Amino acid sequence: MAMNEIEILKATPHLAREHWWGWEIPVYLFLGGLAAGIMILTSVRVLRDPEGERSETFRLLSWLAPLVLSIGMFALWLDLERRWDVPRFYLAFRPKAPMSWGAWILLAVYPLVALFALGELRGRWRDRLAPRLRAVADWADAPAIKRRLAWGNAAVGTLLGIYTGVLLSAMSARPLWSSAVLGPLFLTSGGSTAAALMLLFRVDERERRGLSKLDLGLICMEVALLGLFFLNLMTGSDTSQRAGGLLLGGPYTASFFGLVVFGGLAVPLFGEAREMRGHNGSRWFLPLLILIGGLALRWILVAAGQASSWNAL
Amino acid sequence: MEPRYVMVLDTRRCVACSACVIVCKTENDVPEGGFRDWVVSETRGRFPALSTENRSLRCNHCAFAPCIDNCPTGASHRGPGGTVQIDRVKCTGCKNCISACPYDARFVHPRGFIDKCTFCMHRKGAYTACQTVCPTECIHFGDANDPGSEVSRLLATRDHKVVAPEAGTRPRVHYLV
Amino acid sequence: MGWSRRSFLKIGAGAAGGLALGGGLISDWYGLDAPRATDPETDGDRVIPTFCELCFWRCGVLAYVKNGRVTKIKGNPEHPLSRGRLCPRGAGGTGLLYDPDRLKTPLVRVRKRGEEAFEPVGWDDALDRVAEAMQRIKKEHGPEAFALFQHGYGSSWFNHLFHAYGSPNIAAPSYAQCRGPREVGFQMTFGDGVGSPERIDMERADCIVLIGSHLGENMHNTQVQDFARGLGRGARIIVVDPRFSTAAGKAHHWLPIKPGTDIALLLAWMNVLIEENLYDRDYVEAYAYGFDQLKAHVADKTPEWAYPRTGLRPEAIRETARAMGAAKPAVVVHPGRRVTWYGDDTQRTRAIAILAALLGSWGRAGGYLLPSAMKLPKFPYLRYEENGAVTADRPKGGDYPLADATLASGLCNATVPGSSVYDVKGWMVYGTNLPLTLPDPANTARALQALDFIVAIDVLPAEICGWADVVLPEATYLERCDELDAPAYKEPFIAVRQEVVPPMYESKPGWWIAREIAHRIGLEGYFPWADSMEYAKDRLHAAGHDCDALRATGVIRGPRVPCTYEEGVAPEFSTPSGKIELYSTSLAEAGFDPMPVYTPHEEAPPGYHRLLVGRVPTHSFGRTTNNRLLSEVCDENEVWVSTAAAREAGIEHGSRVVLVNQDGAESMPVRVKVTERIRDDSVFLAHGFGHTANGLTFARGRGADDAVLTTRYAVDPIMGGTGINVNFVTFKRA
Repeated sequence: MAMNEIEILKATPHLAREHWWGWEIPVYLFLGGLAAGIMILTSVRVLRDPEGERSETFRLLSWLAPLVLSIGMFALWLDLERRWDVPRFYLAFRPKAPMSWGAWILLAVYPLVALFALGELRGRWRDRLAPRLRAVADWADAPAIKRRLAWGNAAVGTLLGIYTGVLLSAMSARPLWSSAVLGPLFLTSGGSTAAALMLLFRVDERERRGLSKLDLGLICMEVALLGLFFLNLMTGSDTSQRAGGLLLGGPYTASFFGLVVFGGLAVPLFGEAREMRGHNGSRWFLPLLILIGGLALRWILVAAGQASSWNAL
Repeated sequence: MEPRYVMVLDTRRCVACSACVIVCKTENDVPEGGFRDWVVSETRGRFPALSTENRSLRCNHCAFAPCIDNCPTGASHRGPGGTVQIDRVKCTGCKNCISACPYDARFVHPRGFIDKCTFCMHRKGAYTACQTVCPTECIHFGDANDPGSEVSRLLATRDHKVVAPEAGTRPRVHYLV
Repeated sequence: MGWSRRSFLKIGAGAAGGLALGGGLISDWYGLDAPRATDPETDGDRVIPTFCELCFWRCGVLAYVKNGRVTKIKGNPEHPLSRGRLCPRGAGGTGLLYDPDRLKTPLVRVRKRGEEAFEPVGWDDALDRVAEAMQRIKKEHGPEAFALFQHGYGSSWFNHLFHAYGSPNIAAPSYAQCRGPREVGFQMTFGDGVGSPERIDMERADCIVLIGSHLGENMHNTQVQDFARGLGRGARIIVVDPRFSTAAGKAHHWLPIKPGTDIALLLAWMNVLIEENLYDRDYVEAYAYGFDQLKAHVADKTPEWAYPRTGLRPEAIRETARAMGAAKPAVVVHPGRRVTWYGDDTQRTRAIAILAALLGSWGRAGGYLLPSAMKLPKFPYLRYEENGAVTADRPKGGDYPLADATLASGLCNATVPGSSVYDVKGWMVYGTNLPLTLPDPANTARALQALDFIVAIDVLPAEICGWADVVLPEATYLERCDELDAPAYKEPFIAVRQEVVPPMYESKPGWWIAREIAHRIGLEGYFPWADSMEYAKDRLHAAGHDCDALRATGVIRGPRVPCTYEEGVAPEFSTPSGKIELYSTSLAEAGFDPMPVYTPHEEAPPGYHRLLVGRVPTHSFGRTTNNRLLSEVCDENEVWVSTAAAREAGIEHGSRVVLVNQDGAESMPVRVKVTERIRDDSVFLAHGFGHTANGLTFARGRGADDAVLTTRYAVDPIMGGTGINVNFVTFKRA
C-alpha cells in the first residue's frame, strides 16, 4: 500500500479552531426544533379537532414554543463573535443563505405563535390579561381566525424545523452534513422531542395517549430517515464514506449509538410500544431519554460534521 | 475587460519554506495563531521510491463560492477582479462561512470578524506579498483575462490542477505540477 | 420674517448633512452600501534599507517603520543577495526585535556560575568589570589568555578589539564546527576556498549534485533562488542523502546512501568519469596536476566496489556519473556547508573538489565561479602590535598542520587547565551559544567552570549568558549599524547595515560596546571614530562612494565582474604546483593521504540509529527558536524515524520519546515523526531546539537538543574539525 505523508506546516493554530461551533449551535438547533415541534403539535391538534376539548395544561403548552425558542436564540446569539451586530441579520436578505432565511422566519414565528398562544388562554388565564390583550385573545380564539392561525403556526413551525437541518445541509464543504435528509430528520426529531417534552407535563390521559402514539410514529420515521442518512453517506464518494466513518467506527461512534440510536430511539421505541399495550412505566423516564437523544443527535452531528472535510489540504 | 485575478503556484519549485506565510502575517497584520496562507508538504510512496509535492495554500477565491452563498449579512462578497472578500463591518462572526469553506481558509479574527486571504487587494491587483517574497519564484499572480499575462501563459503551457476539485467550487488558485 | 440668508444657508447645510448621515445609515442598514475593503496599513511612514542578521547570509532588506515600530520586513530588490526576495526568517525579523525575552539591561552574576542568577546593573558598572578583568588577565597571564568566541556580522568590532588587545585567540564555531573542512579541502585542491556566499553558479548549472546539502531546509536565500532557477531551467538534480530531504523531493536521482560512505561514492564517480572518458580532458591536461596518480588511485574503485559499501546500486552510480559527464562543465557538485561529519571531512570535500576538477567546472559558467569584491580601503587605525603568541587551540603535543583559522572547540579545550600549551583564563562570547554549538557539552561546562572571567554579549538570554559573569545586552540588527559588507560575489556590491529604529530598553550596538571597552583599557587609539557611521563614511569616501546615497538605497552595486575563464579570469592556482592538485603535495608532506581514501566508520550497535542533524527552513538553529513569529510555523523539532525502525522500537507517530545515546546521554522528550523519508539505520533531528535557558521563556523545553547527544566527536586530523555524525541513539518512552 502506498504511503501518503501529509505535513501541514502550522504550529498551534488556535484561531483556526478545529471546532469553530461549540455548544451554542447544537443547543440552538435542538431548542429550535423543539419549538417547531410544539408549534406543529399544538396547531395540528386544533386543526384536527377544532371543537374538541383540550386540557388547560395542553393549552398552556403552546407558550412553551416561544419560550424554548428564545432560549435557543439566546444560545445562537452567544455564539456570535460580535453579538451587538446582530441587527445586521435584518439589514440584508440573502436568498442562498439558510441563516438569512432563519433570521427572517423567526420574525414570522414570534407574532404567529404569540397570537395563537394568546388565543389558547382561557378562563382565569384570559381574565388576568390586560383588556387590550384580552381583546386580542378573544379575536384569536374566534374559530375562523384560530383555524388560520393554526395553519400558519403549523406551516411556520414546519419551516423552522426543516431550517434547523438545512442550516447544516447547505454546507457542501462538510460531507457529513451535505445531505438533504437532514431537514426532514431534524423536523421529525423536533416533533418527537416536542411530544416528549409535552408528556412531562400534566396533560390529560387522552392527550397523553395521543402524544405517545404520535411520538411512536415520529420515532419510527426518524429511524427510517437516519437509515436513509447513513445509506446516502455510505453509498457516496470516498469523501462521504470517510465522513460517515466518523459515526460508523470513528471517534463519534460510541456516543452516537449510545445516546442517539440506543437511548434516544431504540429504548423509547420499545418502551412506548409496551406502554401502548398497557404496561405503565415511569412518566418521565422515556421522554427524558428522547430529549437527551434529540440534543445528542444535533450535538454529535455538529461536532462530527466540523471534523469531516474534503481531502486533507 | 474586468480582470479575473488568479494565482498560479509552481509545486515543482516550491521548497515549503513558509516565507509566504511569514511575510503575509506581517504584510496583513494577521493576528497570532491566524493564517491567511500555509504550506502543505505531501509525500507519497515507499522508501526509496518517494515523491513530494509542496503546496502553499490559501483562500481559493472560488468562482462558485459557498462562503458568499452562506453569508447571512453580505459580509462575504464578490470583490474586485472576481476575488472573494470580507467586509469587516458587516461581519457578525456567525462562522457560517467557516463551515461552508471546503478549504478551511478562514479563521476568526480576535476582533470578531472572519479573516482570510484577500489576494492583497489593498495593492489593487498589482502584486501579493507572498508572490514578491518567495525565494523560489514559485508564486505567480495576475489577470487570467489578459492573454499576455504570466499567469495566462503558465496556465496555457503547463499542466495544472486545483485543490479538492471534487468540492465543485471552481478555485482560482492553480497549482502547476 | 427676519430670516437672513446666512441662517438659511446654515439650515440648508444642516439638513443636507442630516440627510447624508441618515441616508448613509439607511443604506448601511439595508446592506445596500458598497462593501468596504480593508487596508492593513502596514506600509508605514518610512522605509529603511539595511541587511539581515537572522542568519549569516546578509540579504538586503527593506524595513517598514510606522509610528516608530517596524511593521514588516521585505527583500531589497536592489541587493544582489536578496533580489527583493527573502526566506521566512528574514521576513520574520520583527519577531526578534520585539521578542519580549530580550536582554534589557547589563547583568552581573550573583550566585554560582551557571545558576542563571543575575542582577541588573548600569552600563558603566558592567563595562568597568569587563575592562578590569581584561586588564587583570593581560597582566597576570598575557593577552593571549583572553579568548574571543564570535559569530555574526556584528563581531567585526570585537575582532578588532581583540587584535588591538593582543590576543590571537579569536574563533568562530563556523570554522571547526561547520565549514572549515571544505575550505581546507578546496584550498588544497584549487588554492582557494569556497567562501560565503558560496561561489557556485547553480542558476546556470545543467546538473546540480547535492551531497547531504539540504537546500530548501537550509534557506540561504540566494542559493535557494539559484537552485530554484536551475530547477526551472531543467537542470538535472542528483541528491545524495540518507534522508529524503526537500531537495531530494526535487531530484531526478535520489541516492539514499549509507551514512559515512560518501568518499566511496565519490571515488566510484571518479572511476566512471575516467574509465568512460567522461571527464574534461582538455581542462585536466591544461590545469591539473597528478591525473595519472588519481587514475591509478581510482582504477579499482568501480561502482561494483562501492555498492556493498554505500548500498547504492552500481547502475545508479553509473547513471548519475554519466549525467554529470553529459552536463560538464556546467555542473555544481555542491561543496556543502556544515560538513563536519566523520572526521575525514577535509578528505571528503577534497574528493568533491577533485570531482569538480574532473568535470572542469571550477572557473566555468554553471560551475564554480571566481568572483571578486568591490574595493573598500581599511579605516586608518593604529597597526596591531604583534606579540608573537601562538593560538591556544591545539592540544598539547599535537597539531592540525593545515588549519587556517582558530578552532573554537580547541580554545574551549584549552580552557580546561593543562590541556594546551597554555591555559585560557577569560572568554568573551559574542553572539554564539557555545553550550549548544560545541560538541561534548559536558566538556564545555568544565571549561566554563575553570574560567577566571566570562562576558557574554547577546541579544537574547541564550544558554551561554547563563554561564557568564557579566552579560551585555546588544541591540538587534534593526537597531544598530555594523561594518560595511563588501563580499566577493559575481555581482560585487557594498551594503550598509544601519539603525532602523533606536535600540530598545538599555541595549546598545556592538560598535559602542567594543569602543567603550577599548577606551577603558587604554586602546582608544584603535577606536578613534565617534560612531560606526562615521567609520563607515570614512571608508566609503576613501573608495569614492557617497555614504548618503548608500544609506538611501542600502546597496551600491558594481558592474558584473568576469567570473569564469571564458570571461577572461586568468587560470591561476595558489597551490604548491601552481595547478589544480588532484594529487596534493601539501597533504603528502604533512603525512596525510595525498588523495582521498575511503575508510569505513563505526556502525550503530544493534537497536541504535545514527543521529543525523540538520535544520528546518523557518529557523537559524537556536538563534531563532525563541522568535514567536517564526515559531507559528514551527515551534519544536521532531525526530524522524523510519517506519520499520519505529515498528521495531514500538514507537508511534506523534508520540514523545527520549533519545538515549551510546554513552547514556539523554535528550529532552521529542515528538516522533514516523516516515518513509529516512533510512532505517538513521534518525534525523533539526538543530537548535531543546533550549534550557530560563530566560528563553518561549523556546525553553520545546523539542530536543542534539548537542547533549553529541558526547563523541571525530576530530579531523588535517584541520581539527569536529565530526559529529558519529553518535548513535535509541529510544526511551517519555
